Amino acid sequence: MKSTEFIRYNRLPHRWCAGCGYGQVMNSLTKAFEKTGITNENTVVVSGIGCWGHVDSYLTTNAFHGTHGRALAFATGIKLANPSLNVVVILGDGDGVTIGGNHFIQACRRNIDVTAILCNNYNYGMTGGQYSGTTPEHSYTTTSVYGHIEPGFDICKLAEGAGAHYVARSISENVMQTADYIAEGMQRKGFALIEVVAPCTTHYGRNNNMKRPSEFYKWIKSCAVPKAAAEKMTEEQLEGKFVIGKFVDRPGVDYGTKYLEVQKKAQAVAAAKAAE
Amino acid sequence: MYQISVVTKWCKGCGLCADFCPKNVYDFTMGHPPVPAREADCIGCKICELKCPDFAITVEVKK
Repeated sequence: MKSTEFIRYNRLPHRWCAGCGYGQVMNSLTKAFEKTGITNENTVVVSGIGCWGHVDSYLTTNAFHGTHGRALAFATGIKLANPSLNVVVILGDGDGVTIGGNHFIQACRRNIDVTAILCNNYNYGMTGGQYSGTTPEHSYTTTSVYGHIEPGFDICKLAEGAGAHYVARSISENVMQTADYIAEGMQRKGFALIEVVAPCTTHYGRNNNMKRPSEFYKWIKSCAVPKAAAEKMTEEQLEGKFVIGKFVDRPGVDYGTKYLEVQKKAQAVAAAKAAE
Repeated sequence: MYQISVVTKWCKGCGLCADFCPKNVYDFTMGHPPVPAREADCIGCKICELKCPDFAITVEVKK
């Protein structure tokens, strides 16, 4: 299927604000769907609550809109009930690592064969720009008007530490790079996490003196350091910046395959008992 | 030569196309759809098409 066939054009214009990066990530997502050769019938997009969770309304694939922070829990159930489905999980930073933080690390640890696309916009955009678990220190949000005092999560390191088998980070304006990572993650058997840094122009941008959407995009571009360049830089030079690229790509047996083996063992025991 | 089409119904007027265009093809006022006033200067890099978060811009080769 072509990437345009995955978009419900009759639902446009979408609900995201002017300059929001989520439209670009949705573009990457449909391009990745085309690359992997999946159809909308064998794909489920599972989303939680938040601005980024709206994306399932604009896709022609099957969709499941769950409760806040629990998208990964629902996705686990869907994948185990029907392993032939391609399950794509839509997570925001509030949804994925703040409220649903525990589900996130458990999904990484179990290595469930789903692809999570975590869009990080540094705040709770939908509810008015409150700080979330990824808001950088010293930045301003509606609930940290004197500067944020907590350091933000490094989501890729968190996923890596929890045992995810594919971890990559990109920025929303690099549409083709994001599409490549999503497609690669979908082809891997096991948990794949793709973090995409997307700007929230209405709340985070305005609160942090970036009045024009393009100013925000330029700021993100200046903070994003490619992995190869970051290896040559010192820790002081990397302060306030983030690294983009592919961090983890290792093979492993996923949860579904292991579960099927357990199922076969249990069935053999039951059959032996019945024969007695 | 390239043909730029803007779906004004979908555009929210964020100005990313105009701000990132390397050839200054667009005339733009904040909050309004861009006007490809200097279409002849377009080099077909498709930065505006890829960066547009509203799926509103398409750049095609003129036949």
